[in-house]
Formats: sequence, structure tokens, C-alpha cells
Amino acid sequence: MNRSSTDLLQRVLLYVVLGFLALVFLLPIYVMVVNSFKPLEEIRGGNLISLPLSATIEPWLQAWSKAQIGVQPIGLRPYFMNSFLMVIPAVLFSTLIGSLNGYVLTQFKMRGATLMFGALLFSVFIPFQIVLIPMAKLLGMLGLAGTVKGLILVHTVYGIGFGTLFFRNFYTAFPHELVKSARMDGAGFFVLYWRLLLPNSLPIIVVNVIWQFTNIWNDFLFGASFSDFSSYPLTVALNNLVSSSTGVKEYNVHFAGAFIAALPTLAVYVVSGKYFVRGLMAGSVKG
Amino acid sequence: MKNRWLPALTLTPSLVLVGACVYGFIAFTIYLSFTTSTLMPQFELAEEIPYHRLFRLSTFALSAKNLGVFSVLYIGLSLLLGMVMAILIDQKIRGETAFRSIFLYPMALSFIVTGTAWKWILDPSIGFERTVHLMGFPDFVFDWIKDGDMAIYCVVIAAVWQTSGFVMALFLAGLRGVDTEVMNAARVDGAKGWNMYWRIVIPQLGPSFISSFVILAHMAIKSYDLVIALTGGGPGRATWLPSVFVYQYTFTRNEMALGAASAVLMLIAVSIVVIPYVRSELRQKAQS
Amino acid sequence: MKRTIVAGLVSIALASPVLAQESVEVLHWWTSGGEAAALGVLKKDLEGQGVKWNDMPVAGGGGEAAMTALRARVTAGNPPTSVQMLGFDIQDWAKQGALGDLNALATKENWDKTVPLALQQFSKYQGKWVAAPVNIHSTNWVWANKAVLEKAGVTTMPTDFDGFLAALEKVQKAGFVGLAHGGQAWQEATVFDGVVLATGGVDFYRKAFINKDKAALGSDTMKKSFDRMAALRKYVDKDFSNRDWNLASAMVIEGKAGFQIMGDWAKGEFLNAKKVPGKDFLCFRVPGTQGMVSFNADQFGMFKVGAGAQAAQTKLASAIMNPSFQSAFNVVKGSVPARTDVSDKAFDDCGKKGMKDLAEANSKGTLVGSMAHGHAVPASVKNGFYDVITQHFNGKLDSAAAVKAMVAAAE
Repeated sequence: MNRSSTDLLQRVLLYVVLGFLALVFLLPIYVMVVNSFKPLEEIRGGNLISLPLSATIEPWLQAWSKAQIGVQPIGLRPYFMNSFLMVIPAVLFSTLIGSLNGYVLTQFKMRGATLMFGALLFSVFIPFQIVLIPMAKLLGMLGLAGTVKGLILVHTVYGIGFGTLFFRNFYTAFPHELVKSARMDGAGFFVLYWRLLLPNSLPIIVVNVIWQFTNIWNDFLFGASFSDFSSYPLTVALNNLVSSSTGVKEYNVHFAGAFIAALPTLAVYVVSGKYFVRGLMAGSVKG
Repeated sequence: MKNRWLPALTLTPSLVLVGACVYGFIAFTIYLSFTTSTLMPQFELAEEIPYHRLFRLSTFALSAKNLGVFSVLYIGLSLLLGMVMAILIDQKIRGETAFRSIFLYPMALSFIVTGTAWKWILDPSIGFERTVHLMGFPDFVFDWIKDGDMAIYCVVIAAVWQTSGFVMALFLAGLRGVDTEVMNAARVDGAKGWNMYWRIVIPQLGPSFISSFVILAHMAIKSYDLVIALTGGGPGRATWLPSVFVYQYTFTRNEMALGAASAVLMLIAVSIVVIPYVRSELRQKAQS
Repeated sequence: MKRTIVAGLVSIALASPVLAQESVEVLHWWTSGGEAAALGVLKKDLEGQGVKWNDMPVAGGGGEAAMTALRARVTAGNPPTSVQMLGFDIQDWAKQGALGDLNALATKENWDKTVPLALQQFSKYQGKWVAAPVNIHSTNWVWANKAVLEKAGVTTMPTDFDGFLAALEKVQKAGFVGLAHGGQAWQEATVFDGVVLATGGVDFYRKAFINKDKAALGSDTMKKSFDRMAALRKYVDKDFSNRDWNLASAMVIEGKAGFQIMGDWAKGEFLNAKKVPGKDFLCFRVPGTQGMVSFNADQFGMFKVGAGAQAAQTKLASAIMNPSFQSAFNVVKGSVPARTDVSDKAFDDCGKKGMKDLAEANSKGTLVGSMAHGHAVPASVKNGFYDVITQHFNGKLDSAAAVKAMVAAAE
């Protein structure tokens, strides 16, 4: 076989393998979406991957505003706001703190910098179950129990580890010459950070935002334990929709609800995908 | 002059917060693991150290064994699959953005959603097995999720699906960062295709491996939601992981001291595996 | 004139804090269908009395997630006004000093006389009422599809356990699934409740499950119970693992299976599917346990709250114990009222039977707390038993080993 047909064969094989993998990866979300448009009888009788015979958007309407979440049939809609109020500040704080930490750890000679970084990094391995009781005590003492502010604090604290990791690795690869010349021009501590490093950190900011947003948005344990009736986030509401112990399990509504709850994170991933890879490239993985 | 203490000052809030809320809590948990705590923390020390009882429990041994099986497979397969996907996508293909998004999106979903969706797919009576039956192969059997010995592999499948896209992104970034000079030189020397990847590129991906490893290890510890959504810990107790064990004993069974002891052991196990890796990465970076 | 008006307005403004709305925050896990609707009745009732209902639902695991959240809330110092709780959880929290005192209300409304003694053991702590019971469920029921039984040739209901096994055999031979079952530890334990009662009677059950008597737990009667579980295992279909209980009920409802051993919350599934007791489905006690009732009850534990919130809390407790609420709620839930003086008029035939059985068991002393549902042993021992029962059912232990493990779990 001559050169070009081997190459062609290889290309075809490449696309076949990629296509197969893509199908496998899409399967669960396909199942979720397809079954969320079926009426309940069709789900019970039918086949997981078949398209709906009598498609209906009723499950989506149910999940959004009519499904039983607790005592009232109000759907998931009211809880979106709680989640946003919690996630957005936490992500902002986490990005700020992470970038400052990364800046300080890489652009200044500090004794024990490696050790401090190691300590911050290792904090990501703490199992959340052991955090529950002591943190509840702490929040109670601070008067933040059951509030969105308390949740923001908790998520910020446990986001410090990854935030510092991302920014520190990014700033390690930041061109030294730029920093040196800025310093020679008289740039002080904050000017160096605010005017030079941070504005050029967009890719890693995107990485951090995606990571923190996803983790905080999808958290259940803290959301259920540190909130009260007025502040509990979307994950708790979704869990109430999906995990109720009795009653008819309306799988179509569950799937619609799960998809609705996942939309913000999916949007964040899809929209910033390009920057995500760029951000990972730019220093976080280079030696 | 200001420069002397300003960096340290900036770092202080993080160190204080993490020091208290992570290491402080770990110390608290270590203390609890020697007490008589049941429903809530109690500060009186127990006569028989909870660790003794822990080692007598068969569910603990089972959880530890499952963690071993799960971690090796989960981390290994995620790294392998992530690497393969990264290499495939790096081949200047059309629709790279689309493929990348498809492989990456599972990470956006919560463990609960992943577990629920895969529970459906893997269930013989409504999922994969049934679909194949309906396609005309009535003897096809795929009931791993109902089988005590095989169910843990179902957890692996769901977990690998969730995170291998992220690993792919890490490797892709690493691949793109590989020095083009080196690659050109290699090409001139006649290396091509898989050979080039194997000999030149992959060895340079050390940092990607380490970052992936940290992320995967972190996920393996947080696996509670996935296991519960996918198998409920079953069949029987077959898919218990330490995260499930810790939760069960601390909360469900009102045996906080025992739960604390198991959490401490879990942390030690993680440290043993993770710290050497991380230290070598830090040393590498410090040198460059 | 103006001054008087201003003075009047000022005094109204100063008085308005007193008119600030009373509210209760209720933590529970009734987030679906009938129960949520029934709880909604309570909510409306309270709103009519000027008390706002702040709902804090946390579903999952039959209350597991809610209890975890509760721990955090109490530790942080802001417990909810009232929490749905089962059995020993109430006692555990009372021991921590977290629950309030309802005696004033209880005496006024005469709870001591109307609530069965066996239940009071969980609602009271050191002589003080700390929780208001909503219902009494019982676990030793069998639900059967009448048509399936007729097709299989089962014409008379079995009256003892061996007869039950024979009936299961007939149903299986006729091509149906004998026993619809969901492979989750608590479901297996629920079946075990009935099996042990049928095999050893109430006294044995008490000795083993309430007194944790080692001799009873290690006895041949216990071994026989495990043997019977293994026998039941043969009549379960191959996909039973991790199946939700209501899907198992659905198997009976749809005529795929003949029997299900499940607590009376299963009745709700049948009623929701528009099935009629006696015509489409049958309800009877696990053969060999007629005359005995193993119960579990949902109660609303009242937490220690500030003086300002106590009036609302008292109103909540009173509304829960109100006979008309007890009737309305339990008709929907499938359980029977926690008070013995509620009329059975609104209940269906199975409900009426349940109430009759309860009254009989209460008077004869054959009313025992369900081990499977946290009304016999505390959570740590209960879960230890679960481990044994589910591993045995899944074939990881034989009956002799299971019996030994039960003794070990009771420590």
C-alpha cells in the first residue's frame, strides 16, 4: 500500500475511534434528555434509548415550577437564586485569594514557601464528612449558621487549595523578564499584581472559575447542612425531587430536573472550553 | 522595606483559614477517634480505642479492599483513556472543539446525576442488557451492577466516564506545550507516529501526570455521592468505599468515634500515596 | 386632635412587634406525592391559626440526609423548631438535652391515655413528652395480587409460614415472580421482622431484638429464621438488587409478582394505581404473625427553642395530635393514627384492619417496635444487624455464620 492510502486509512480509523468514544460519552446525557420528554408510561414500558413516541414537555414544566420539593409544589426555580447567591461570591473570593497566593508564592523569596504551598495543596484531600460538625460549631459561633454568607465562607475556605495550585503553577511560568523590568520601573507589590500579573492571567482564571463553579454548584452536603429553609441551594431541592422515599417515581421529571440543575455548569464548560485548555497549557503543566 | 512583610501578610489569611478549618479539624477528628463519641462529639476518652473495633469490622476491610481496587482501576484507566483521547485530538482533526466539549462535559455534572444516569444504563431490566435483548439478542447478559463481585467495576465505569475528559484536557495542554524544537529534531531523525509519542512526547508529560493524579485522588476520596447514587453501597455491602464507611458510621450509625478513626486512616492512606508525588513535583518546579 | 392621632399611631407602631408572625421551621423528608400533600394539610391548618410554616425538606435514605443536616444545625446552635424523627433518634437527641418539654400540652390533651404505651416509650424521655407522633406504621404485612394468586391456584390465604412458602412455590411455578423484593438492607430487614415474629413469636422477638439477649440471638430459633430467609430468597427474581421498594410494589400491582412483604406504606402505591383492597389486592399479616404488630412511628420531635417561638411550637404539636388531622393524614399515608381514639370511618378496608390489629395488639401486649425501622435497637446495633441480614440474603454468609454475626453485632 502506498503512503497516502495508509495515511488515509489511519485518518479514517482516527475518526472512527473518536466517533465511537464520543457516542459512549454522550450516552448518559442522551438517555437523560430523551427520557425527559417521554410520558411516564412510555418510560416504564419502553426502551432506554428509543426516541419518544409521544413527546411532551410536561416533565420540564413540572421540574421547573410545579414539582413537589417539600410541602409545596413549587419546582426548582426558586432555588436557583440561592445557588447563584452562594456560588458567585465564593468563586470571586476564591479567584482573588488563589491569585494573590500564587503571586506571593512565586514572585517573592519567602522562607518555607514550598512548605506553605504544600500545606495549602494538601488541604484539598480533606474528606468533607469530618468538616461537618466542627464547621457547624464555627459558623454558629460566628453567627453565620443557616445563612448564604456562611455557605460562601465555607466554600471559599475549601476552594483555597485548588485556587492556589492553579495560580501558583501559572505564575511559575510567567516570564521573569516582564516582572523584572516592571520592578525596575518601580512597580510596588500591588501594582505588580494588579497591573501586570492578574490582567495576563485570563486563561488560568477561567480554569479556576470553571473548577470552583462546578464544585460549589454541585455540592450537596454543605448545602443541606449549613443552610436553613430560606437559604438552601439548588442541589438540595434537586435531591428532594429525585430521592423522595415514597410515592410514584416520575423519572422523566427527575431527568428534566437534573438537566435543568446542570445547565449553568454545562454552559460554563461549553462556553469557556477553548480558554480552559489554553489555561491548562499556560504553565500549569509545564515543568 | 514594605516588601518584607507584605507577601507573608497576604498569605496569612489563607494559612489561618486553612490551618484552622483543615488542619485544626483534622486534629479535632484525630482526638475524636480516641473518644466515646456516638451521636455527637464527646470528649471523654474511650477505654477501648475505637481503632481496635475498627479492625474487627468486616465492612472496614471490605471498604479498604474496594478502595484499592477502585483507585488503581479508576486512576489507571482515567490516565490511559485521557492520554489516548488527548493524543487523538492532537492530530489536527476537524471538529476538535466539538470532540473536546463532548469529552469534557461529564465533569460539569454532579456525582449524583452521574450515578443516577449510569444506574439506569447499567440496570439489566431497563438499561443496556434490555436494549440488547430488544435488538434481537435475548441471551445477552450484562448484570454486573447486580452482582456482588462485579458491582465495584460499575462504579469504576461511571467514575472514569466523569473525569477522563478532564485528564484529557490536562494532557492535551501538556502535549501542546511540548517543545516543538525537540519534536522537529526527532522528526528529522526519522521518528514518526506512535514511536515519536512513545519515546519523546510522553516522557515530557510528567507534570500532566502529577496534576491529573492529584485531581483523580481528590475525586476518589469524594466518591460518596457517586456510590450512593449508583448502587446504594450494594449489592449488600459490596460497593462500600471508605468515604461511604466514614459517612455511615459517623452519621447513620451514630458512632462518631469509629467514623473519625476510619477518616483518620483514610487520610493517612491518601497521604502515603500523594505526598511523595507532590513533593517530587514541588522539587522539580523549585529547581526550574 | 393631631396629637392624639400621632400618639395612637406611635402606640400601634410600638405594639406591632407583638403582632410579628409566629412561625415554625420544620425539617422532614416527606417530599413527594401523598405524604407531602398530607403535610400540606398540616401547613394550612397552622396558617389558619396564624403560624407560618417554613419548610426545610431534605430527602433521601429514609431520613438519613435529614438527620445528618440536623446534626449540623444543632451543633451550630440554630435547630429547626421541629424535626421528623424515628424511634431511637428521638431518645438520642433527648439525651443530648436538645429537645423541649411538651408536658403542659400533653396533660391538657390527655396524650398519656390515647397513645399506645409501646409508642410512648419513644415519645417521652424521663417522663417528659418530647415528640408528637403522627402515625403508626407496621412492618409485618404481605401485599398480594388477587388475580395472580387465582391464576396460580392459591385459593386460601396461608395461615402459617410453611403455608406461605408453599403458596410462593405455586405462584413461581405458574410463571410469575413469587416474592417481589428490592435488594436494599432495610428491605431485607423489614422482611426479617416478619420472619422472626412468625418463627419465634413476640416473646422471642422481644428477647432478641429489644433486650439484645445473646442467648436468643444465638439460638436455633434465630437460625431457623435465617433458614427461612434463604428459602424466601429462592422466590425472588434475579434483578432484585438495589431495587427501590416501590418498584417491587409495582411488580405486584402490575401482576408480574404474587406477593410482597413490606410495611403498610406500600398501600399508598396500590391506592395511587387505583387498585381496590379486597378486589385487586389483598393485605394480610405475614403468615404466622396474625395478632402481633411490629410497628414504627413517625414523630415530630420538638427542639428547645426560644421563649418567643414556643407558642408556635405548641400550636404545631397540638395540630399534629388533632384527631381530624390524624385521620386525614393516615388515610393518605397508609398507616394508622397514633391515637387510639380516632374513628376508622374514613379508612379503607386495609386501614380498618390495621387499626383493629393495633388495638388488639396494644391490649394484649403484642405490640413491639420494629427492629428494621429503628424501634427496637439503636442505630448502631440496627445497622450492625442490617449488615448481617443483607450479607446473608446475598449469599455471603450461611445461617450458622449469620447467627454468630448477630450476636457480635449486638455488642
